[in-house]
Amino acid sequence: MELTDLHAIADAERAGRRPIQVRVCSAEGCLSSNSRAVRQRLEDATVRAGLEDRVQVCEVGCLRLCSEGPLVRVEPEGSLYQQVTPEQADSIIGTLTGGTTDARRGDPGGAFFARQHSIVLENCGVVEPERIESYLAAGGYQPLHHSLREMSPSEVVDSITRSGLRGRGGAGYPTGLKWATVAKMPPGQKFVVCNADEGDPGAFMDRSVLESDPHRVLEGMAIAAYAVGADRGYIYVRGEYKLAIRRLGIAIRQARALGLLGSGIFDSPFNFRIDLRIGAGAFVCGEETALMASIQGQRGIPCPRPPYPAQAGLWGHPTLLNNVETFANVPAIIRDGDAWFARLGTEGSKGTKVFALAGNVRHSGLVEVPMGMTVREIVEEIGGGAPDGRAIKAVQTGGPSGGCIPAEHLDTPIDYESLIRLGSIMGSGGMVVMDENVNMVGVARYFMEFCKDESCGKCIPCRAGTVQMHRLLERIGAGEGNRADLARLEGLCDVVKHTSLCGLGQAAPNPVLSTLRFFRHEYESRLRGDSPAPEESRSVNAARA
Amino acid sequence: MNTLTTRVDEAAPRTGSIPSDGDTPHPSGDERFQAIDAAMKRHRYQQDALIEVLHAAQEAFGYLAPDLLLYVAHGLKLPPSRVHGVATFYHLFTLTPKGRHTCAVCTGTACYVKGGETLKEAVERATGIHAGQTTPDAGISLESARCIGACGIAPVVVFDGAVCGRQTTESALERLEGWIGHGAD
Amino acid sequence: MAVRTLQINDTLVSAREDQTILEAARDHGIKIPTLCHLEGLTDVGACRLCLVEVATVGGGAKLLPSCVSHVAEDMIVHTDTPRLGEYRRMIVELVMAERNHVCSVCVANNHCELQDMAVAMGVDHIRYDYLSPSCSVDLSHERYGIDHNRCILCTRCVRVCDEVEGAHTWDVAGRGTRSRVITDMNQPWGSSDTCTSCGKCVMACPTGALFLQGSSVSEMEHDRGTLAFLLNAREKKQWLV
Repeated sequence: MELTDLHAIADAERAGRRPIQVRVCSAEGCLSSNSRAVRQRLEDATVRAGLEDRVQVCEVGCLRLCSEGPLVRVEPEGSLYQQVTPEQADSIIGTLTGGTTDARRGDPGGAFFARQHSIVLENCGVVEPERIESYLAAGGYQPLHHSLREMSPSEVVDSITRSGLRGRGGAGYPTGLKWATVAKMPPGQKFVVCNADEGDPGAFMDRSVLESDPHRVLEGMAIAAYAVGADRGYIYVRGEYKLAIRRLGIAIRQARALGLLGSGIFDSPFNFRIDLRIGAGAFVCGEETALMASIQGQRGIPCPRPPYPAQAGLWGHPTLLNNVETFANVPAIIRDGDAWFARLGTEGSKGTKVFALAGNVRHSGLVEVPMGMTVREIVEEIGGGAPDGRAIKAVQTGGPSGGCIPAEHLDTPIDYESLIRLGSIMGSGGMVVMDENVNMVGVARYFMEFCKDESCGKCIPCRAGTVQMHRLLERIGAGEGNRADLARLEGLCDVVKHTSLCGLGQAAPNPVLSTLRFFRHEYESRLRGDSPAPEESRSVNAARA
Repeated sequence: MNTLTTRVDEAAPRTGSIPSDGDTPHPSGDERFQAIDAAMKRHRYQQDALIEVLHAAQEAFGYLAPDLLLYVAHGLKLPPSRVHGVATFYHLFTLTPKGRHTCAVCTGTACYVKGGETLKEAVERATGIHAGQTTPDAGISLESARCIGACGIAPVVVFDGAVCGRQTTESALERLEGWIGHGAD
Repeated sequence: MAVRTLQINDTLVSAREDQTILEAARDHGIKIPTLCHLEGLTDVGACRLCLVEVATVGGGAKLLPSCVSHVAEDMIVHTDTPRLGEYRRMIVELVMAERNHVCSVCVANNHCELQDMAVAMGVDHIRYDYLSPSCSVDLSHERYGIDHNRCILCTRCVRVCDEVEGAHTWDVAGRGTRSRVITDMNQPWGSSDTCTSCGKCVMACPTGALFLQGSSVSEMEHDRGTLAFLLNAREKKQWLV
């Protein structure tokens, strides 16, 4: 494969395109609202109307406004149809020849779309995820070619460093620094791993990227592998994401067939093989050491760090581990330059962030915004605020490791540090809006139940502490707790946060701590007034006495 | 020391059957074992491939019975306790047969704030079982579902693998009643 | 092998660079509490009792598990601060509340590391709910028994069986607080095909979970001497009878 071959495929793809494209969302949300039948009927309608040579019905990735699915977009005119039923297919095709339709029209120029800024999602809803030609026509794999032919591995690392890109999996570790660490390890077997074990409840960003634009992630990984000197890669995907798994599998086979993965890529000495590893339902496997244990066929139990994966990861070899969204940023940084990327966002947080906006919000779906936009702009302007005129009470970010941002802090800009100051985290991008009817003690209990069920059981504070915290939250939530219970809860938050082995345990108290900080009155108003009951005790050294 | 020596002498296959080599049918005559053999072969019998092989085994048999786990342990030359430990660590693996129908109420955050919990309780009441269990007549299995990422159409229930959005207690129970009514079919 | 100088509890100590903080402390007579560590087995850092405070550049202190953290030059370590004491006490209480640890009727009463730890920390009552799970007792093995009521999931039995005996009869099944140590396919211990009946797991157990059949209350003393003898013989080729 040469650059000219790449261009030839892209040109042929563009030349073969019919003037009008009817794009049907085929991401999980719309599929479950019957978008496949819509697509079939649109195709039939096209044939019936005799428009096959002018109109092309295609299956694209996420069209973002998931709450209004199934979504259909007609290009180049730009119309958007929402909640489309198969019966409306004929009339939608009819509009192309001057007819009318009763299908609900969306507003593609509205704030939900206009306030977004797409880098990671630029191909999302545009390219056909199951056709590599479509990705190539969008300029795909040219950044990889550019890296391999025009840049040295260290230049690629430097470029990522200068871009200011930080890990999108949650913690925000500088990506360039991580790449540089792996690159500096002595030559030998190295691995690149993509963490696609998106486990936070309320998060579907990575799934959308994988379902909508899988080649972009493969390309980002290949560029990373070249930069750090790896020749093998794994994508660890959540087992629940059947469609993403299928599309990744197709994408890998297509890329291999064209020589864009495999040996001697672009006629260079660079080899890179990617294998899929399918998770089997364990949230803790999003933690990097647990993820690596799982790739190696073991129980997903975290290990103490150091050694870090960059030093000794898979099978003891240096391993670069990044999240889906991080890799998806890479081709754009190589294509448009690190300076361009570094101009977007804030001082400490560059670029954009993809959020999965859901909960009590009028427009829920997939959102990509520049870093620095305020939470209020996202939930009120893009999301349209809470439905039925209710007030927003809090916005939850970071899933079970994050916290609730109360209404009075909605003007906080989205960047790693600001969210940490509020006791939450950026997390991987779940953003759940809660209205005034949501009970915050219940929210804390909900997340603690999650952590308790997902604790691997290795270390005592997380295994036994989350269970006790959950019981206390249930008791307090039911109005049966007292002041001593609240004190015990706070003590447990402290010990679990500071002594647990891995990130899951260390962050498990965050939802409690953040709701205690901003909604303490909700806890206190539920406490029973009476004095603490005398505690049952079972003497440890009774036999000795 | 004596014990050790005797054990080593007996170290030949004890229980379960040895994976057949490729295309020859499994001694039990059950063709589903070929799917497991193929998975092990594809991964060159590497022990790291345990989870991949367990996925293949569950796909073929629906659940991971003890003899199946032992078969995998022999094939990959792994200690049985390790295979059992891995199979029971991950939620998607099940060691008991599932019911004819499966129902999973999503327990993601978006579904939670939109009433997923009430939905889950209603479903549990209607079936008389909790998530992770199967009704005594093997008609329905309730599964626990972590966020399935269809938050835009919350609350979500998955009936027999089909994701159904914007569910209400009524719509979910209506679906279940059909199953309960025809549980024996 | 280079030597590192560090401070433990305001005393200057020296240690080989490959030593852990736990080993360096032990060599200088400073005892750090542990439940999952056992000399000669791979450390897993699971019980969190051996956490120590290590001074950071910023003037604060971070908590590190001393069993898996290596010494470093000029490291300043505190092993016994009030904060650590409180955390350890809570961890011991959490583990005591997790299963049914009734010392007065336990075979390992007075010979139990968990009990010793609780006594040393002055734990005289448990501030958390007893979870009182229903746990089984397996007496199917001809010589040994396991009482899951007393198991603290330290995984010493799993590691000693895998790393020293090489049989890998034991492993952990399930997850979270429902985790259990199992033999083979979670079958009765007596029916295990891989168990060599060597007894090392019983020697390694810190509590009354694994015991010799026929032991009654307070009679079960875990034979650590034999285990130490075996490890010395294997690794150091020293037969210290």
